[in-house]
Amino acid sequence: MIVEEIMSKNVVTLQPEDTIQKSIEVMRDFNIRHIPIVDQNHLLVGLISTQDIRSATPSIFHATDPLEDFQKPISTIMKTNVITGHPLDFVDEIAFTFYTHKIGCVPILKEKKLVGILSETDLLHTFVKLTGAHKPGSQIQVKAPNKPGILSDITSIFKTKNALILSILMYPDIQDENFNVIVIKVQTMNPLSIVTELRNNDFEVLWPKTPGSLS
Amino acid sequence: MNKSVFIYSDDLLKYKFNDEHPFNQLRLKITLDLLQRSNAIEESQIIAPRMAKEEELCLIHDPNYVHAVQLASEGLLSDEQAANYGLGTEDTPIFPGMHEASALLVGGTLTAVDYVMSGKAEHALHIGGGLHHGFRGRASGFCIYNDSSVAIKYIQNKYKARVLYVDTDAHHGDGVQWSFYDDDKVCTLSIHETGRYLFPGTGAINERGQGKGYGYSFNVPVDAFTEDESWLYAYTESFKEVIEFFKPDVLLTQNGADSHYYDPLTHLSATMKIYEQIPKLAHELAHQYCNGRWIAVGGGGYDIWRVVPRAWSRIWLEMNGLSNISGQLPLDWIANWEQQSPVKLPLTWEDPNNLYPPIPRKQEITEKNLQVLEKALYPIKSIKKPN
Repeated sequence: MIVEEIMSKNVVTLQPEDTIQKSIEVMRDFNIRHIPIVDQNHLLVGLISTQDIRSATPSIFHATDPLEDFQKPISTIMKTNVITGHPLDFVDEIAFTFYTHKIGCVPILKEKKLVGILSETDLLHTFVKLTGAHKPGSQIQVKAPNKPGILSDITSIFKTKNALILSILMYPDIQDENFNVIVIKVQTMNPLSIVTELRNNDFEVLWPKTPGSLS
Repeated sequence: MNKSVFIYSDDLLKYKFNDEHPFNQLRLKITLDLLQRSNAIEESQIIAPRMAKEEELCLIHDPNYVHAVQLASEGLLSDEQAANYGLGTEDTPIFPGMHEASALLVGGTLTAVDYVMSGKAEHALHIGGGLHHGFRGRASGFCIYNDSSVAIKYIQNKYKARVLYVDTDAHHGDGVQWSFYDDDKVCTLSIHETGRYLFPGTGAINERGQGKGYGYSFNVPVDAFTEDESWLYAYTESFKEVIEFFKPDVLLTQNGADSHYYDPLTHLSATMKIYEQIPKLAHELAHQYCNGRWIAVGGGGYDIWRVVPRAWSRIWLEMNGLSNISGQLPLDWIANWEQQSPVKLPLTWEDPNNLYPPIPRKQEITEKNLQVLEKALYPIKSIKKPN
């Protein structure tokens, strides 16, 4: 999956000459935390965030006359060394960028022009979609040895039960590196026959579990 | 006026997917038999359901979907088309006459509505209804048409009344919630096992509605292995707070009986105690807020021998002031069904105290549920004026 597929394309922007006051209003009206700052040619020149505004705001203990500061241009407080991305970047790579730089959004540029923006919320939304959480289904968790063909063995059981798989997530078992935990969201209200069949084939089903097996 | 009516005819049993399917309407017959052998119901109180008209189904459902169900009903729907509508799956297989069977089930809930809203009865029970997973254009979770959604829309159009829908099925009442997600004249409250693993996966606290309807959708997802006390606390508190906030004209309760320890599809650890208390509170609040107007429907419930008949009978007993019935179940009821039942039938209305081994992590589960409840009710609790 590439950035282009999940980024917001209608980006709210301001120009460096606009006042800080205006950026505060725009953030409030659009309920956003970052505004890319562009010039007349839509080239990115900076980024302003709620955090930048907070730094420019006097302490509430000394709030005698802060308002005139907000009439200064955005260029006085905006960040100019902005980490950016490209529409063809891979989503997992850009997720890593968020993580290593501890940032809240990445403006997306194509030939230096702003074409989109990707926020943490967009990433999270994508993750939710990937896990199939927005479609009605039951979740089954299986612990299986980390060896070739194992996924095929598991999914073939779903096939025999005519059960539509909505999503599959696989990650290494924290306790035992020779095993993976496989989380399958399946479109059925009655996963019992699948679970029974998995157990009959010697797979360890972590969920659904019965109170008896709870420890 | 009949104080309460019981909507039933044997035709409701035609909503039947196949012999192996966990959704089995034989439970309606077993329940009615239990009531009859307990001398708790008179013939005159039993009212046959009517068939819902196509335009009534289309109050909620997409006409194309209704048409597809009609075709499927006659075996004329292609596999490909069926898949687009969620039909022909393991959950909702196609069966001959499925349109008529489903429309009758919806009509039963509408019959119940008309009795209560026209004042011909104070309360009405239709255990054949409560198919809360049905979507506008898609079958889901054993449900073809969504009788409760249709009934609520019907109440809005015909009687201009504000409806509070309370859903105590172990699964989230997603179909009804999404039907009225942007409507501030309908309030939905669903108390269910968390969707972390269980179908349908939705019903999180933050699903509160949208647009005008924001703040009129409540969800209390309780943890797996929740027991009576914690469950009842969540139910009682949320129901009382939400009804005081919304002040409905009529109460519609969905009474899925699948939160019991015995239920094979869910992971809660409730006993018959909750099924005594659920209708008791609904009854009390219906009189306090809705001049008694209370329509109750069924829902899930997959232990059709040990759980459902007793649980659903409790609703009827409560409606008719017979909730003090306890102890021994009628021996002739046991004799009538024990041959068919694959499990040993219960002997008493109540469950024994040691129904299941103690649940580890009980304290944690109780604490978690308490937190969930607080968060779910936060918007209406926070606007209350301090004393």
